Amino acid sequence: MAVGSVTEVKEALAKVGYLADEPAALVSFLAQRLEKPILVEGPAGVGKTELAKALSRASDRELIRLQCYEGLDEAKALYEWNYRKQLLRIQAGGEDGWSDVHDDIFNAEFLLERPLMQAIASPEPVVLLIDEIDKTDQEFEAMLLELLSDFQITIPELGRVAATTMPIVVLTSNNSRELTEALKRRCLYLWLDYPELEREMEIVRLHAPELPEALARRLVEVVQMVRALDLKKPPSIAESIDWARTLLLMGAEDIDQETFEQSMSIIVKHRTDIELVAERVGVKLAEPLRPQA
Amino acid sequence: MPSPYGPRPEAGPPGLTAKLLGFCEELRGEGVAVGTSEILDAFAALEQVRWTSREDFREALAATIAKSQEDRRLFELLFERWFFRSAEAEAIERGIDERDRRYEGGDRLDLDELREQVRQAIVEGDDGEMRDLARLAISAFGRQGEGSGVVGVDVQRIRRTLGLSAGQQPPAEDGAGELPPIDREQLNAFERHLRRELERDLIERTATLPPSRPLAELDRALPTSPTQDLAAVHRAVSQMKRRLATLGHEQRGRRRGRTVDVRRTMRASLETGGVPLRLRYRPKRPRRPEIYVLCDVSTSVTSASVFFLSVLHALHDSFRKLRSFVFIERISEVTEVFEHERDFRAIAQRISSEGGVADVSGYTDYGRVWLEFLAEISDELDPRSTVIVLGDARTNGREPHAEVFAQIAERAGRLFWLNPEPKLYWNYGDSVMAAYERHCDGAFECWTTRHLESFVNVVAGGAPASD
Repeated sequence: MAVGSVTEVKEALAKVGYLADEPAALVSFLAQRLEKPILVEGPAGVGKTELAKALSRASDRELIRLQCYEGLDEAKALYEWNYRKQLLRIQAGGEDGWSDVHDDIFNAEFLLERPLMQAIASPEPVVLLIDEIDKTDQEFEAMLLELLSDFQITIPELGRVAATTMPIVVLTSNNSRELTEALKRRCLYLWLDYPELEREMEIVRLHAPELPEALARRLVEVVQMVRALDLKKPPSIAESIDWARTLLLMGAEDIDQETFEQSMSIIVKHRTDIELVAERVGVKLAEPLRPQA
Repeated sequence: MPSPYGPRPEAGPPGLTAKLLGFCEELRGEGVAVGTSEILDAFAALEQVRWTSREDFREALAATIAKSQEDRRLFELLFERWFFRSAEAEAIERGIDERDRRYEGGDRLDLDELREQVRQAIVEGDDGEMRDLARLAISAFGRQGEGSGVVGVDVQRIRRTLGLSAGQQPPAEDGAGELPPIDREQLNAFERHLRRELERDLIERTATLPPSRPLAELDRALPTSPTQDLAAVHRAVSQMKRRLATLGHEQRGRRRGRTVDVRRTMRASLETGGVPLRLRYRPKRPRRPEIYVLCDVSTSVTSASVFFLSVLHALHDSFRKLRSFVFIERISEVTEVFEHERDFRAIAQRISSEGGVADVSGYTDYGRVWLEFLAEISDELDPRSTVIVLGDARTNGREPHAEVFAQIAERAGRLFWLNPEPKLYWNYGDSVMAAYERHCDGAFECWTTRHLESFVNVVAGGAPASD
């Protein structure tokens, strides 16, 4: 991916199926120019993770993903000594002196690389996705700081491992807790929200090209109407796309009340939500399709 | 440092650095944490984009400076204002006055025609068109006599004369059919343009900038979207945590003796032929929670309860030893909910669905709440415990049971009351704040994070934050 200008980045992303809006394209551009990590926040299902994947496809880089969860620790994220192999080495080399063994068992051969380490050590430039960083504890965040600001990791036994190539780092957060200032300071910040009607239509049409335009518009309108309700889980962009594909399979020509009730479960996935949506949106659909300008 | 991506775009105009630093200063003044590293990043980012594109310029600044949704909102508000003011200041300095040219054609305008055009522009959401029409509208009204001199009043006067209101439109008088509804957002946008143009007019007339005011509390105020302000609440509460942690230490220590566990002592004595040589002690009970929070969630405090819940949420994040209760007519413990859910919205939902406090009438019954609270945890209250009540002390005419409240206050080490109403309203109507206030170690008005911080300061023995 050429990073000459914001427009080029935007086009490159569009080519791999990700329609970035202006801020998203700009931040992706800046991240590569300034070599800084991107922190993406926003509600679930607006394409935060997808942005990282698209960046990896657009720049032909491998995507290394670290999925965060509560209790994730260094051994799972950074590196771990392969102690079984170390034990074997000690047993196999019975007559070697202690110092030989000691030097030997703490080298790269006995190191199990975890995602963060892989991203740093990779000879090819990569895209590193640290997904749902808000699920981890603050301690883990602190551990990331060295990596994010200097792109290096210090291993007590080996010394410092610095990145040979600059990875593009994307951190995503669902905003379920406040991240530390220190982490934020090192990142470029991008807030992704549900897209505007026109852009979501473009997205849906990109992923379900056979869908007629009028129907796509109707679909996106309904989805946005559903999002405006106070739901437990508002429909994501991926779900709009799924719904579009479902409608194609069903051979629907219009979203009327019947079609809606049959296929509603694609976009609404809570029992209480379904009732609410059926009551509020389903009824409106009884009216005929308004002619579109 | 030469960029590896070829030549840099040309540098910005002179004076930009100073302007940007001023802007960052302004952001800091409004409470956005802008560090030196952020400013450096902002400059680095600006070198990468064309500064002539307003959109890119703003986004590049935002990405490096505003690091949360809340910050972003403040950023947008201030960005508009700061650069508008800067441009106007520059214009004054250079003596540019385009009043005569700007309103050309205003006097030839027909009011009905203008009204139609404005309506059209608002419905279509055409920003540039709206701005031009705002100018025309102002000039058309300038003709009918000078404005009131107060920008806000003029804006509303013009809006009314144009017959603009949000929502469904009344049918046109000439029977031309139904008019399309006007979106509130778009109407606001038009009003913003009006305001801006009127301000510009005023600045040009007086050749001075009005003094810059801090953002109105309303613009940045709390409860609209709780998730946005969670951060500020969390900050205040984590401060409180540090302060409270040092309280009551003097009473700790080995004061409390251990108690002998008779059963285990007897069993151990079997080894020594039934003579209890070694005493066995009861294991120390795990330390009890030290903070109790009682939160009113009735309808009279609806506007504040979201804020209160976010305070509770933050408290739970900071304190392990915390038990929380919500109440309307009776109390219900919700400690578990907070312990199991991390997401604020999920918590709010669960509390409203399983709290089980709304019982019959839905009116708060403070007296009953104290009785129930005391019955439930009376023997756990000790001088180490802090009780915090969040509520408006409106009893709906029921028995306040202040004496029970006094008992609670006596047993607990400290008792604080946070009231979501301004002090002015306390003791008016059915508010019995005075009866309770006497027994509190402190009662505070509290509906914004500022108040919360002030409360924390007082708890720590400092002076309340000045308003």
